[in-house]
Amino acid sequence: MSTTILWTLVIITLLGLVLAVVLYFVALKFKVVEDPRIDEVEKVMPGANCGGCGFAGCRAFAEAAVKAPNLDNNYCPVGGNDVMAKVAAILGYEIQQKAPMVAVVRCNGTCEARPRINEYQGVQSCRVKAALYAGDTGCSFGCLGCGDCVEACQFGALSMDPVTGLPVVDEEKCTACGACAKACPKAIIELRAKGPRGMRMYVSCVNKDRGPAVKKACANACIGCGICAKTCTHDAIVFENNVAYIDFTKCKLCRECEAVCPTGAIHGVNYPKPLDVEGIKARIAARKAAAAAAPAEGGPSSQIAKENAHQAQPTAAPAEGAPSSQVTKENAHQGQPSAVAGGKEETNKEE
Amino acid sequence: MATRTFSIGGVHPKDAKISRGCAIEPLPLPPTVYISMSQHIGAPAKPLVAVGDKVKVGQPVAEPGGFVSAFIHSSVSGTVKSIGPRKDLAGNPQTCIEIAVEGDEWMEGIDTSDTLVTTIDDDNKAVLEKIRLAGVVGLGGATFPTHVKLSPPPGKTCEMLIINGCECEPYLTSDFRTLLEKGEQVVVGAAILKQVLHVDKAVIGIEDNKPEAIKHVRSIIKEFQKISSKYAGISVMPLMKKYPEGGEKQLIDAVMHRQVRSGGLPIDVGAVVQNVATALAVYDAVQKNKPIVDNSVTVTGECFPKQANLLVRVGTPLQYIIDYLGGVPADAVKVISGGPMMGKAIANLDAATVKGTSALLFLRADQTVRGQESQCIRCGRCADACPMGLEPFLLNKLAKNADMEQLEANAIQDCIECGCCLYSCPANIPLLDRIRIAKGQVLGIIRARNAKK
Repeated sequence: MSTTILWTLVIITLLGLVLAVVLYFVALKFKVVEDPRIDEVEKVMPGANCGGCGFAGCRAFAEAAVKAPNLDNNYCPVGGNDVMAKVAAILGYEIQQKAPMVAVVRCNGTCEARPRINEYQGVQSCRVKAALYAGDTGCSFGCLGCGDCVEACQFGALSMDPVTGLPVVDEEKCTACGACAKACPKAIIELRAKGPRGMRMYVSCVNKDRGPAVKKACANACIGCGICAKTCTHDAIVFENNVAYIDFTKCKLCRECEAVCPTGAIHGVNYPKPLDVEGIKARIAARKAAAAAAPAEGGPSSQIAKENAHQAQPTAAPAEGAPSSQVTKENAHQGQPSAVAGGKEETNKEE
Repeated sequence: MATRTFSIGGVHPKDAKISRGCAIEPLPLPPTVYISMSQHIGAPAKPLVAVGDKVKVGQPVAEPGGFVSAFIHSSVSGTVKSIGPRKDLAGNPQTCIEIAVEGDEWMEGIDTSDTLVTTIDDDNKAVLEKIRLAGVVGLGGATFPTHVKLSPPPGKTCEMLIINGCECEPYLTSDFRTLLEKGEQVVVGAAILKQVLHVDKAVIGIEDNKPEAIKHVRSIIKEFQKISSKYAGISVMPLMKKYPEGGEKQLIDAVMHRQVRSGGLPIDVGAVVQNVATALAVYDAVQKNKPIVDNSVTVTGECFPKQANLLVRVGTPLQYIIDYLGGVPADAVKVISGGPMMGKAIANLDAATVKGTSALLFLRADQTVRGQESQCIRCGRCADACPMGLEPFLLNKLAKNADMEQLEANAIQDCIECGCCLYSCPANIPLLDRIRIAKGQVLGIIRARNAKK
């Protein structure tokens, strides 16, 4: 009896030893050398595996980041600058900082503003709906309202407003991964810079139709009148295909375009004070009057006047209010100091 | 002998050809027509006229914008008012030429008489050029430019021409009326197509729910075969009524007992399929020099007081057609362009007809409202019904999970969007809606892959 147990133990021990030796050599032979930094990078990643960086998940991002010579093309929008600083520290690369972004819904076609002209009974999916037809309102560019973006968001940052029928972005939760922008068949959602203290301006419409058709379809739409582009002193408004677009890299948040927009298509968000339409309009009028007066004083031709204004910046800029006459569009663009000063001044006012 | 039909799947929706007794009548000219530049599959046509130009009926107003594209002609005489985007029946903007109608003056050289021309020109090149210049496109639904289809790729030979007179969609009767009223022209058109394709056999496939048409066309062919040898080899084949018999691949299966492989073209099995209306358009183009300026449109529906088959000029606003027949009935909740199985719901009645418009169908709420979607119970009815031998329930599930590799492996790209799965599903699952989207994605992936090679 006892010998049986003894023999069993001996054989099993021997077998174990032999196999251990085999396994040792197999492990040596098939050893995969992996950069230990990949694991380290992955540890500091948010772990959402959302794909916002362009890679399949956080691990794939970590592998790519370790392989790349710098962090120029690899940025985790979800983790933001904090995570990227940690990644840069691990890899010893230069820190990649980007302005934080947020998803912005560029459609303001609420149920009230955009009457439904037909009824959709098909599958409640924007993509299915978009493949079938232009939508149940007169606007063929606007939000379809089935909430594909809400479904696409992994962070619970989007929800449909039952009153307006439009998606609402929760800025606290939005990580700017871009999943909603990809899911939207109408390309309404855009990632824009969050702006200082969340303040930002955007045109909440993408309708490319001509004015009369747009007006008929939606009361809140951009009708392509171009007043905003004429008013903007920072050259931030691009006007193309009958719709305005605010370039957030140039916008100085002065809210002038928002004040002059006849349909309310331009939105300024997170400003601490409500929009002072009259005040801003008075400011624009004063500037225009001064600009009209300036060429007569400055020289025989307006061209020269403009050039003068550009050169005469140091003297012109510090003067209060009226001298912004020289800030014609051209020099506002070229003559940075005055433009920036003006912008800051206005922002301060609003705070 | 049992009548032939296709071998896989199919459904039997109610026939509902309630407008079959209505002869084709010409619709009075509308005050304005809007001629779309995207009336065919392929690149949109490029306008040839400018605002303010005077045009006549049959004058080319747009030229092809690519190889797979077609000429477009003015369907009325009058003045070009504007060229610009206008919403089509789905509400999407398309470039349209707006023409204010003044009188009805036709281009010189177009034979507008009713005389039947049965002698066929032997010069195939000239015939093909005439078809191209007349802007003939497949009028069975896909609106594929006919001259492209009639030029088989080198190395492929055509063995049989099939003229599609199935009209398997419920409600539609325009092809049936065309066969009854213009059967002679269709047969001549078939003979022309046969000659261009260098084939000996042409079969006109007609479903057996149209016995008058079968009889009528048979007698015409008999008459014509006495006149000329060019009509030899043309015959009528009655087919068992089953949807979608008029699908290109299904018709080839029914007539020739051959199946087109996945991703293949009909020419791979030696067949070219043309619609009855296309054969008529070919006759008009070749024998009468008349381009496509009008087409017959069935206006029907149980709730519609006046059934009609109308000869409508291309670009006529839909609202004008409906007003002519007494307006939209009060209990109609949906207007469909085309048949109930494959047609598209119209979101914009201001839209104008295009070459391929075949019907306006009015449906009541009880005929169209979808039931509540419930769970798939794997009954397999959709798989039984699918004429392409696919498994819609599986494709639906894969589409939900966006599994593109498996979708392609399960041949979603072969779906012909006939709607049999949706029609047969007892759980009201919107199978086709999801499959259509996924099919588009898979086709995109396949195209991208092929472009890389």
